[in-house]
Amino acid sequence: MNTNRVVNAKHESPAFLRSVIRWHERHQPVEKAKKWLWILTRTVLVFGICFVILYPIITKLSIALRDPVDLFDSTVVWIPRTFTMENIEYVMERLRYPQAVTNTFLLSIGTAVLQTISCALAGYGFARLRFPGSNILFALVVFTIVIPPQTIMVPTYLHFRFFDVFGLYGLVTGKSGINLLNSFWPFFILSAFAVGLKNGLYIFIFRQFFRGLPKELEEAAYVDSAGIFQTFYRVVLPNAVPAIATVMLFSFIWQWNDSYYVSMFAPNHTLLARMLDMLPGAIRPEYVGGIAHTSLYLNTGILLGILPIFILYLFAQRYFVESVERTGLVG
Amino acid sequence: MAKRKIGLEQRKALYGVLFVSPWLIGFVVLMLVPFFQSLWFSFNKLTITPEGYTLHFIGLDNYRFSLFVDAWYVRNLTGAVSNMLLNVPLIIFFSLFTASLLSQKFRGRMFARAIIFLPVVLASGVIAKLDSGNFLAALMGNASTDMEGNYSGLQSIELRPVLLRAGMSMDAVDYLAGAVDRIYQIISQSGVQILIFLAGLQSISPSLYEAAKMEGATGYEAFWKITFPMISPLILTNTIYTIIDSFYNNSVTGMIQNYAFTQLNFGVSAAMAWLYFLVISLILIVVAWLVSRRVFYYD
Repeated sequence: MNTNRVVNAKHESPAFLRSVIRWHERHQPVEKAKKWLWILTRTVLVFGICFVILYPIITKLSIALRDPVDLFDSTVVWIPRTFTMENIEYVMERLRYPQAVTNTFLLSIGTAVLQTISCALAGYGFARLRFPGSNILFALVVFTIVIPPQTIMVPTYLHFRFFDVFGLYGLVTGKSGINLLNSFWPFFILSAFAVGLKNGLYIFIFRQFFRGLPKELEEAAYVDSAGIFQTFYRVVLPNAVPAIATVMLFSFIWQWNDSYYVSMFAPNHTLLARMLDMLPGAIRPEYVGGIAHTSLYLNTGILLGILPIFILYLFAQRYFVESVERTGLVG
Repeated sequence: MAKRKIGLEQRKALYGVLFVSPWLIGFVVLMLVPFFQSLWFSFNKLTITPEGYTLHFIGLDNYRFSLFVDAWYVRNLTGAVSNMLLNVPLIIFFSLFTASLLSQKFRGRMFARAIIFLPVVLASGVIAKLDSGNFLAALMGNASTDMEGNYSGLQSIELRPVLLRAGMSMDAVDYLAGAVDRIYQIISQSGVQILIFLAGLQSISPSLYEAAKMEGATGYEAFWKITFPMISPLILTNTIYTIIDSFYNNSVTGMIQNYAFTQLNFGVSAAMAWLYFLVISLILIVVAWLVSRRVFYYD
């Protein structure tokens, strides 16, 4: 009791209290603890989310590089004991990989360029070159985003099966249209007329971007007696690089990953989406020696399927991640 | 001067029509006409001939077949809708949460953003199909965690008893535990939404937060009183985007394609597609109406 009172007295001495307060003010332990706790929580959360995303890719990489012998070695979990490229070579052959990648690349780059041109034109028309009824037409553009492509699937299919421009071909030759299926023409025609995969969205992006550009740019060009198309081509487009890059990258990626149009328009072409779709049939367990082998080759196939896009993403990553901010889609 | 000069505004309007015309032609020929053709097909029996196709009017038979005869259509459709209803709130919540995490300044922020956006780039229907029930990955998950591994290797075994003991209702616990089990699906579907929210968060003026801090608002209050109202229009955008995205590729679209190209029953396929379209439109209208009443517009 006695000692306690002595301690209390000592603690209540003004000099001690003052020093405690000074220490508290200088270091602010509560604020600091809060800050560091938050940093810790944030790190754990961000790390966790990234882990969930990367986990399947790491798994596939680990599986694809191992020798089939390692499948039955229970000490091998993540790091293969015998590295091999044989799985990759085998699956590449099954997928006809070089040809499939080249074809898919040509198809995707073709549609991306055409879609960018046609959507940029339409977007600029809706943003700056208003004409009576352009708002109603733009509402229709938004409406096309909502229509699932399956709704117009059957007529589109028949349209390209018996392709004919206003019956002209039929009149001249007497035949009922050209069969454009099993070629890239349906993709290119849809893209050139800005009604392909998610093109309503791209027109929307371009319109929002062009509306955000300062009007003075074009007015200066008009004063210098440039025509409207010249102004668009020489003044507006060079300033629209962020929007162009965004639309081009997205249309490239979405065309690359698309299997719906591919299975409808080009079911016999060596395209990556189709070859991957057929892979399970080519590596059935009875052909390759068991479920584990099939799964091994499937994982390798998936890895090869995402590899080209993954490499592209490594280089163009900034454009994707900053796309929404750069195009001013928001706000 | 026989040619009458037209003003810049008129010339602009003329060029406007010219600029929009590729899309307009494409829209009319390749979208509007097929749209109504498809409606017409859905009331007909369509037979392909070498010369083209013939139609035979059968009234509502295709719709009757889709709704009452086919054993899977209604089941798949309700499955797709309920799946969407379950996932949309989770995706919106998760993407808003992640966006507010990523909008803070910390080291490796760009790196984290790049990884979180990765699923959008790699999302492909074929790959998702090949990857479902990945045998070896499940095996590795087992070996490395010594637990009943699912696709992502994550489990909510501990979560359920904790939440139940905390006194939450059974349904809410099931919903949350299901969300944790589907975390990979939810994360991989919210890439674009995160980007949109991020851009929105960065466009909020910092002076609003400074003023709130001067008045003594905590971070929690600042979030609900400033951040949330300011990005509420984007919640509407993202909800609609998520709904459209979730209806792009699922078991119903698979059925529609299967009926058209495997069974060559184009009429039934068109009827199913139209029912599908009507259901989606109805959901979009209801959701847009419900959400837009609560949206706050700054201007």
